Amino acid sequence: MKTLTNAIRRDILKMIHNAKSGHPGGACSCADILAVLYKKVMNVPLDWDKAPDFSKRDRFILSKGHASPALYATLAHCGYFPLDLLNGFRVLGSKLQGHPSSRVKLPGIEVSTGSLGQGLSIGVGLALALRLDNSNSKVFVLMGDGEMQEGSVWESLMNAHSKKLKNLIVIIDKNNLQIDGCVQDVKTLEPLDEKLKAFGFEVHSIDGHNYEQLETTLLQAKNSDKLCAIIANTIKGKGISFMENNPAWHGKAPNDEQLQKALEELC
Amino acid sequence: MLSKIEEIKSPRNVYGETLVELGEKNHNIVVLDADLSCSTQTCKFAQKFPERFFNCGIAEQDMMGTAAGLAYGGKIAFASSFAMFATARCLDQIRNTICYSKLNVKIVATHGGITVGEDGASHQALEDISYMRSIPDMKVIIPADCTEVKQVIKYAAETSGPMYIRVPRTNLKTIFDPEEYKFNPIAGLKLRDGKDITIVSNGETLIEVLNTAEKLHEVGIEADVLHYPVVKPFHHLALKESAAKTRKVVVVENHSIIGGLGSAVCESLCQHMPTKVYRIGTEDTFGQSGEQRQLMEFYGLTSTKIYEKIIKFMDVR
Repeated sequence: MKTLTNAIRRDILKMIHNAKSGHPGGACSCADILAVLYKKVMNVPLDWDKAPDFSKRDRFILSKGHASPALYATLAHCGYFPLDLLNGFRVLGSKLQGHPSSRVKLPGIEVSTGSLGQGLSIGVGLALALRLDNSNSKVFVLMGDGEMQEGSVWESLMNAHSKKLKNLIVIIDKNNLQIDGCVQDVKTLEPLDEKLKAFGFEVHSIDGHNYEQLETTLLQAKNSDKLCAIIANTIKGKGISFMENNPAWHGKAPNDEQLQKALEELC
Repeated sequence: MLSKIEEIKSPRNVYGETLVELGEKNHNIVVLDADLSCSTQTCKFAQKFPERFFNCGIAEQDMMGTAAGLAYGGKIAFASSFAMFATARCLDQIRNTICYSKLNVKIVATHGGITVGEDGASHQALEDISYMRSIPDMKVIIPADCTEVKQVIKYAAETSGPMYIRVPRTNLKTIFDPEEYKFNPIAGLKLRDGKDITIVSNGETLIEVLNTAEKLHEVGIEADVLHYPVVKPFHHLALKESAAKTRKVVVVENHSIIGGLGSAVCESLCQHMPTKVYRIGTEDTFGQSGEQRQLMEFYGLTSTKIYEKIIKFMDVR
């Protein structure tokens, strides 16, 4: 798994370096979560919409759409599309849009995201649709902690509980940073676990870079008949020493030298 | 095509009844509301199909996102609220989640325009058509009576993709004969033939315009009356032909003169048949409290006021 996540992180940085723009910090903080989800937890057919059991797949929504390079790299390394497509990240005419787009039909992308605070509502609606169809599929929504400052997130948390959803799993990539600095200083979410519990969720707080903890907790949530939220405590820019815990790397591309240094650290 | 009987009905009731009718035939139809189901009349569907009705509470952003998710899950999602809250409050969700992903969500708003009445400016959506018209892939339809509301809702259920439908709040005289009228989504509809002036309208002001045309006829002015329920995509042919004939165009709508039907007409004519256009609607202003007929009078949307304005417009020419 470490080999995979190192490869994902290397590609995240290469994509952002190549595009001269993108969000390395938040992409690297959720890379381990994505790798475990796609390799160990979710049932998503590799041949995507051509698969006979496509409708039975688990659904994934990247509500923090700016972490798209992490999702693209994960999907490519898991075999959903060729690795060389990653070179097209943020390039005119590419399927790898700056933020995920369902318009361009990239295998693995369910819905368009990017404007923060909207993925969870989509997840709630999708979970309701699956329940109406008596489907066993689960809906996984990955959010950022900074994103939870959007009021619409709390509207949908209320709705998920109110509608007694059991097929929705909320994952929070809690890296404690946003563009302008620490979430704690900009507008605190704490106590986040208590708030989520008060909103009717069973809350699991884990190390978001520990593969075993991620796998165990995500599988437990997937098989649970309770509404689950997983707070994955992460490090923004994880894996690259000079990016870790530095909000300056929220939305900045590494230069040639920085890329080289980062790639060496990710061997 | 025009109704031969005099009747006044509630378009909102017809919306609710049509949803029930559709829901019986198609189990993929789901309905969402944001705590206004009695006003929008989605409560009729809620009573009949509680498992397919989702009240999202006073949270329109979440309602639109949830509707998007249901649509992505294969459902035909009708989401309703007042025009003010079903557009402005959740514009980002409509643009970035519903329209960008081209999802099958039908936003059906009631209480659009100045005719909301006593609740005043905070509840009078005078800009909703403008917001909705500017989003790529959003279709915008403003039916003018109960016959048309019913047909438009059925059309929406059968047609994939995002749609904004403004259902008139006020009880309206039936204009179209339910047996003979057939809603055509790809053409403007001529309701009266005249050579002197073209009047374009839709929604609650169409009946006023038809009455205005009768008054104009009495003083020897013959108006071409065009009904344009589909504001987007705008089909220019009927308008172009009429403008080529009359060379004078007036647009009347229960909306701001900025961004609504008037703007759509101007955009079309400047490309296909440059013509002087006079837009009648609310000016660049907020509304205010009042009884709905008084408000229509105050903002110049009754047949008498429209008549006076058109006479002046003709004189200027």
